[in-house]
Amino acid sequence: MIKRRGHKIRKGSQGSPQPIPGPHPPTTAQGRGGHFGTTAAGSTSVPAPPMAAPAPPSRSSPVSLRARRPPAANGGRRGRRRERARGGAAMEEVSARFVAQKISKARWRPLPAAALQPPDVFATGSWDNEDNRLSVWAVGELGSGEYLGEPQLLCDIGHDGDVMDMQFLDQERIVVASSTGSVTVFRHHQNNQTLSVNQRWEKAHYHVDQDTSCGGAACTGVICNNPEIVTVGEDGRINLFRADQKDAVRTIDNADSSTLHAVTFLRTTEILTVNSIGQLKIWDFRQQRNEPSQIFSLTGERVPLHCVDRHPNQQHIVATGGQDGMLSIWDIRQGTMPVSLLSAHEAEMWEVHFHPSNPDHLFTCSEDGSLWHWDTSTDVSEKPSFLHHGGRSTTYLSHSTINQSVVCAWLNNDPTKDRMEITNLIPNQTLSVNSLDVLGPCLVYGTDAEAIYVNRQLFA
Amino acid sequence: MEEADTEPPLVVVPGADPASRQLCFEWGPAEVLVCETRFGRGGGSPAPGGGWAPARFGPVRPRAGGGDAAPGSSRVFVVRRDQDIYIQTLRKLFNESHGVFIGLQRCEEELAGKSRKAHLVQVSKNYRSVIRACMEDMHRAAAATRDPALHSQYSTQVSILSAMELIWNLCEILFVEAAAAGPLLLRLLDWIRLHVCDVDSMVREVLSSENPSKHKLFWNVVDVFVLQGRMDEARHLLSKEASANPTSMSMYKVLDDLMMKMPVPNLGNTQTLTELELKWQHWHEECQRYLRDGTFASNPHMESICKILAGDENAMLEKKELLTTWYHFLVTRLLYSHPTVKPMELHFYAQSSMDLFLGEESSPEPLDTILMAAFEFELHQVIKECSIALSNWWFVAHLTDLLDHCKLLQSHNLYFGSNMREFLLLEYASGLFSHHSLWQLGVDYFDHCREYGRVYLELHIERIPLNTEQKALKVLRICEQRHMHEQVRSICKIMAMKALRNNRLGSALSWSIRAKDAAFATLISDRFLKDYCERGCFSDLDLIDNLGPSMLLSDRLTFLGKYREFHRLYGEKRFSEAAKLLLMLMTAHIAPCSFWMTLLTDALPLLEQKEVIFSAEQTYELMQCLEDLTAGKPDKQKLLDDDVETTKVEMLRLALARNLARVIVKEGTLEGS
Repeated sequence: MIKRRGHKIRKGSQGSPQPIPGPHPPTTAQGRGGHFGTTAAGSTSVPAPPMAAPAPPSRSSPVSLRARRPPAANGGRRGRRRERARGGAAMEEVSARFVAQKISKARWRPLPAAALQPPDVFATGSWDNEDNRLSVWAVGELGSGEYLGEPQLLCDIGHDGDVMDMQFLDQERIVVASSTGSVTVFRHHQNNQTLSVNQRWEKAHYHVDQDTSCGGAACTGVICNNPEIVTVGEDGRINLFRADQKDAVRTIDNADSSTLHAVTFLRTTEILTVNSIGQLKIWDFRQQRNEPSQIFSLTGERVPLHCVDRHPNQQHIVATGGQDGMLSIWDIRQGTMPVSLLSAHEAEMWEVHFHPSNPDHLFTCSEDGSLWHWDTSTDVSEKPSFLHHGGRSTTYLSHSTINQSVVCAWLNNDPTKDRMEITNLIPNQTLSVNSLDVLGPCLVYGTDAEAIYVNRQLFA
Repeated sequence: MEEADTEPPLVVVPGADPASRQLCFEWGPAEVLVCETRFGRGGGSPAPGGGWAPARFGPVRPRAGGGDAAPGSSRVFVVRRDQDIYIQTLRKLFNESHGVFIGLQRCEEELAGKSRKAHLVQVSKNYRSVIRACMEDMHRAAAATRDPALHSQYSTQVSILSAMELIWNLCEILFVEAAAAGPLLLRLLDWIRLHVCDVDSMVREVLSSENPSKHKLFWNVVDVFVLQGRMDEARHLLSKEASANPTSMSMYKVLDDLMMKMPVPNLGNTQTLTELELKWQHWHEECQRYLRDGTFASNPHMESICKILAGDENAMLEKKELLTTWYHFLVTRLLYSHPTVKPMELHFYAQSSMDLFLGEESSPEPLDTILMAAFEFELHQVIKECSIALSNWWFVAHLTDLLDHCKLLQSHNLYFGSNMREFLLLEYASGLFSHHSLWQLGVDYFDHCREYGRVYLELHIERIPLNTEQKALKVLRICEQRHMHEQVRSICKIMAMKALRNNRLGSALSWSIRAKDAAFATLISDRFLKDYCERGCFSDLDLIDNLGPSMLLSDRLTFLGKYREFHRLYGEKRFSEAAKLLLMLMTAHIAPCSFWMTLLTDALPLLEQKEVIFSAEQTYELMQCLEDLTAGKPDKQKLLDDDVETTKVEMLRLALARNLARVIVKEGTLEGS
């Protein structure tokens, strides 16, 4: 082992080559002139021919997101100044932090009903660690308007097993699904910044032999509609809990013969699940039968579905993401097959989210390390397409001039009338983006590269 | 590594007696050494890592004895290959540098010539930036912690990281950038200014005092500036002192003039090296003239500064306290006596500087040896010394990779393995793979080892513990992207076995379909059929009804799918189609013979329907099947003994006969009419 004789760190630098731009998260968005196809219901997706030559990546030279200044030798911490990208058209506010744990889930804390300010607190869960943690972070401005560069840890607490899914029940409570099969409600005490266990259902998901040590089955998905909590797991079981009751309100054993990967609410009594053989099922808790009220499925190859989200305003529109990275849009009023199949990522799509208040925007992230922003809101009169290339290369579909607002863009499966703008928000990423969440103008995502990223000006 | 290396260090396992007991070694996700020891159960456990572990075999954690209950007999040691991998604060270093590494491999071919060099320097700076960021974090952690043990641990890490950056920076100047005479000195000055920072606090103290020129350390600070070649700052300070001493104004003026006029190499290439040398020679003579004339005789501080300017080594060595290290001395010496030093001459000055600075009393430390090797342009020696001295593979692996991209290591091949770059990357990545969480990073490193990377990956990836399906999917994706079919099969099989053990037949089948594992699909199909025979109904209908083309994976699976289709047709009262399918299953030998009886029994209700379903020909075929079945039984007696079976066969015969009678009548009437 070697040590330097004088090992104090130099502060600042006068004329020295430091600080060096760090190899940091993307500063400017760069689309990929990828294949993009949309086809009518049922048929498998065919990559459409390249629409137009994608704009050359006009990315300005890598700009450091945070100027690195080694601290003073006495440990005094200097304020960090964030450098903004100069020149580039897209001036994005991305801040990053390496957190020394692989992030499996990231979720914004919901805003109080009348709030106008953007969200500033989010929670993350880790996976594949010897001791996994649930952490709560803050992003925001310090009084003087100076940006607090990276997210700051407010508090964290150990979690037994991988965090498989996580949802905020309300402002204070977080429901966490574990790979051990238990479901835990944590309470975040905001006055003294601590986390504590509020309620726990041990072995909410389990394999047949409940007594053996390996009896727990991973709980893969959780969704909340205060006070109701629905969980699904690798055991194909669906549980309905109420936050204030010790026992499950309803359990559907063997709801699915394969693994259930995700769940979301359709209406207050109905839920949607997706499984590993490419099926989308609707369950109605009003019915006493333990059978789904409707089954939708992908045709042909039974490609597993990994995530599901419902359009916030038009409840019949549902988006799912599959193992092959395909985005499927379903209209659950009609048919049993997806309305459109959009070939997207190159590997598993881990999450899909409609923007909660701006549902013309959709976000997906994938194992291949990309995070895509799908925008169907593009109004021709507003954004002349020829002038909009600076900084990001985008793929345009042809123009839609009429009835844009009447027919929901997501169901418009006629490519000639549809126009969609897709932007890859992370160029050059290699490891999986496991989770993302959008709220207001803010996006948070976590990766297997043990970093969390926050973009606070999504629509800038 | 050219010469026969020293023997690998001997690892003495405490308490083990290889003479009388057997030692064995098992390789796994973490390397596990199983050994028998003399320790009793309650015996003193060896101090973890207590002095016997060699550099890279980190803390050994004794675990409770295994299943063997004999008292004092066994103990399991877990030996980790790369101790630093487990330091929490270094994970940031591993993750961030992984990104830089990938970036470097990606743009390998695109650039050429000058832009390539600029790019490589940029990459090198990025690596250093990562080290620095990590150091910063560690420093903060050290300051925040109250635990003295933890504090010293962090401080140790900070000093190691600091040393790594120091070495890296020097390698960047000498090898990556390969600065030529002239700019070389400027780079070295930057290097010194950045890394010798003990004096910084002193400078700050003096500058922040009310009257700097009266401060007791004032002259020390001026000396520091002069020694580091920071002329402007030194002159600024001196001017303050001068204004306070109007009497000696002229003396200050002379020194100020000297310092201002000092010729320095510039990067703009506007002057040639000879031009610079000439100017410098002139200036140097001027300095010496002032010394001879005794211009500064009245002020010892200024005289010593002038001596330094004139390149007087003894004057420099008097400031040993301020120089702090021999390499600072080296650079100062070069600045004032050999400003146009060529890279190849460096080692000569370095050696003599070290000897002069350290003198007789102290011997060089590992860091000194490494830096010396760098000054001697002994690349391999640098890497070798670093490998020995540092407790991780991270540094050497990344540095070697970068130097390899600079095409500096090409001639060097090892007598084992591929080349040095690959060898070190493999070691580092193997270390990552032994970590419960960092294994994902290792994959990309293996990808960029052309020769053995794939084999390593294959061996390691199979040993990743798969606790959830999601993790399995991630591992699978890694294998599928690299067309590692064998591993895909094995992972799917593990998952299928797990699902089967948990009684999740549907999941198990899904996994075996994904692996295209026909044998396993057959096994699971049999389980399904067995369950059906026992319970009389199918489980997991949603899966079996949706098999699609994957049904063709194995015969048994095809049968399962078709048989379920028969049930569906029957349920939908499409009897004739169902009957046709049923018969086909037997005549085409899709159904296993053991299942024929069940199939024939299934035919019973069809035979008993009011309307006639089986045609005469079909009925004959059914009869044939039944006879084949009964005749095929080796022990007819046994079959007859079984009451239920006998009844079944008799009922079938009866039903078949009756059906035949009806169908003959029906077909006859139809033809007749």
